[in-house]
This record gives sequence, C-alpha cells and structure tokens, in this order.
Amino acid sequence: MTTYTATVTVRLKRGVLDPEAETTKRALERLGFELDALRFTERYEVDLDAADADAAAERADEMAERLLANPTIHDYEVEVVEA
Amino acid sequence: MIAVVQFGGSNCDRDAVRALTDLGFEAERVWHEDPLPEETTGIMLPGGFSYGDYLRGGAMAARSPVMNAVREAIEDGIPVLGVCNGAQVGCEAGLTPGAFTTNASARFQCEHVYLRVENADTRWTSAYDEGDVIELPIAHGEGRFEIDDEGYEELEADDRILFRYCDEDGNVTDEANPNGSRGNVAGILGDTESVAVLMPHPERASLPELGSTDGRGILSGFEG
Repeated sequence: MTTYTATVTVRLKRGVLDPEAETTKRALERLGFELDALRFTERYEVDLDAADADAAAERADEMAERLLANPTIHDYEVEVVEA
Repeated sequence: MIAVVQFGGSNCDRDAVRALTDLGFEAERVWHEDPLPEETTGIMLPGGFSYGDYLRGGAMAARSPVMNAVREAIEDGIPVLGVCNGAQVGCEAGLTPGAFTTNASARFQCEHVYLRVENADTRWTSAYDEGDVIELPIAHGEGRFEIDDEGYEELEADDRILFRYCDEDGNVTDEANPNGSRGNVAGILGDTESVAVLMPHPERASLPELGSTDGRGILSGFEG
C-alpha cells in the first residue's frame, strides 16, 4: 500500500449562478482591481492508502460522487499524487 | 403517528409537532439515531441547520442512517414532507430532483411570501384550488431551486411543481421570486405523490396567532 493525497476540486457547473463569487467580484472591483470574472471552487485534500494511484483516484472519485459534490449543480475533478 | 425527524441542528421540529398536533394528528419528535417507531404513518423532515449546514444545506443529514429508514418507509407508501432544511435534505438524498442552493441575493432571507398553487390534485395541495395564492413565511439562505433543463421539463410535464413564488395577485414574476429559484419553484413532488418538499414553512403559518393559517392545508396532506 502507498499513501496518496487525492485532491478533489468541486466547482459549480457553467451557467449555474454563483452569488458568493459575484459578491466577491464586486468587492474586488470596489478595491480598484480590474477583472472579467471570478469563479469559486472548493478543494478537498484527502490522504489515503491504496494499492496504486488508480485505486486511490477511484475511491476519491466515489467520495466526490456520493458526498463532496452535488451532481445537480457541480462538476468535479480528482488529482492523485504520492504523499 | 407522524414522526418529525430531529437532527442535530434541527430547529423547527417543535413547531412542526405543535402545528400537526393542533391539526389533530399524533406527532412526535424522533431523534435521527433512533429507529422510526412502528406506528409511523407519516414522516416530516423539519427546518433548521442540521449539521451546521456543513458542506451544503442538508448534505450531511441526507447521508445519515435514518434516511435509509425514510426510503424504506416511502416504499411502503408512507408520506414524507420536507420543509426548508428538510427540503434540502430531501433533494440531497435524491428523494426529490434538483438542489436548493445559495439565494441569488447571497443573503439569508426571512420574510412572508406568496405562493401560487400549481397543482391542487395532490395530497399536499388538495385543500386548495389550482391558482390559489397562499401566504407563507420563508427563512433560508440556500433556497434557490436549481435543476438542469431536462429535469425541469420533466417536472413540468409530470405536473410535479406544487408551488411557485408569486405576487399577491398570483403573478409569477422575477420581482416575486425571493431567491432566484428556477421557474420561481418553491415546492415539488418526488417520484411519487407521497413525497414532497418545499422551502417555505407551512408549520409557521398554521395557528391564527402566527398571522397566516394558509399552511394548514399542506400539513393536512398527511391525512391522504
């Protein structure tokens, strides 16, 4: 078994309104910054033991599917590195 | 007996029991770690902030073991009503389609709203006529109903939208939409007519002292 860190990044699907990101964008503009758009993502770093990187990715993928993301509004991606 | 499931952080459970009792139902709170009583004839998932809204409103409660019992009860035809946080739990658990997420205003909104009854031919709405306008309170930060195009069309085609936010005269407008919900949707049915969720609080509009008794008809739906 090897220890891996799986990084799960969860973001709203394109087209789904993100009021928190919009509010944050406006606040940055108030501070004088110029920007076109701002997206907000959530990132989970999961340490886990698995036989290989594929197995680690598969488990993290299932975590995203079943809890970390809500498939109705979210897309997600999983990246695995050896810890 | 109607089981009002109490999660850590539920806060409308007592209100729900009181409102249901006032309507003549036997109702009691059931702690989420306890089994549902055998005499359960209805289940209410109440409002509140279960698990502190960690991750997303309702996300944690939706994955708690009691929800397996709730699913089994649904298979047995037992009616289930999710209100506010209970509605978020219902969607997160897949009992109803779509998701309730951050209000378009990005603010917690606590106010009275008007709802138009879209389908009066269900156990939850048979006290009203289609097109009736009722007044209920909302109190939520994550009440914006989101669903993909296909899911939305399906809801409409199957007549599963129970209520839409509207103005006092029943006009469904953007101005009358308190949270940016798709199609002003405030409440929907699950796969079967016995399962319903809505963001507004019928239990807070069920006694004359509360300023509106328009919610009584929804709670009466437990009678079938």
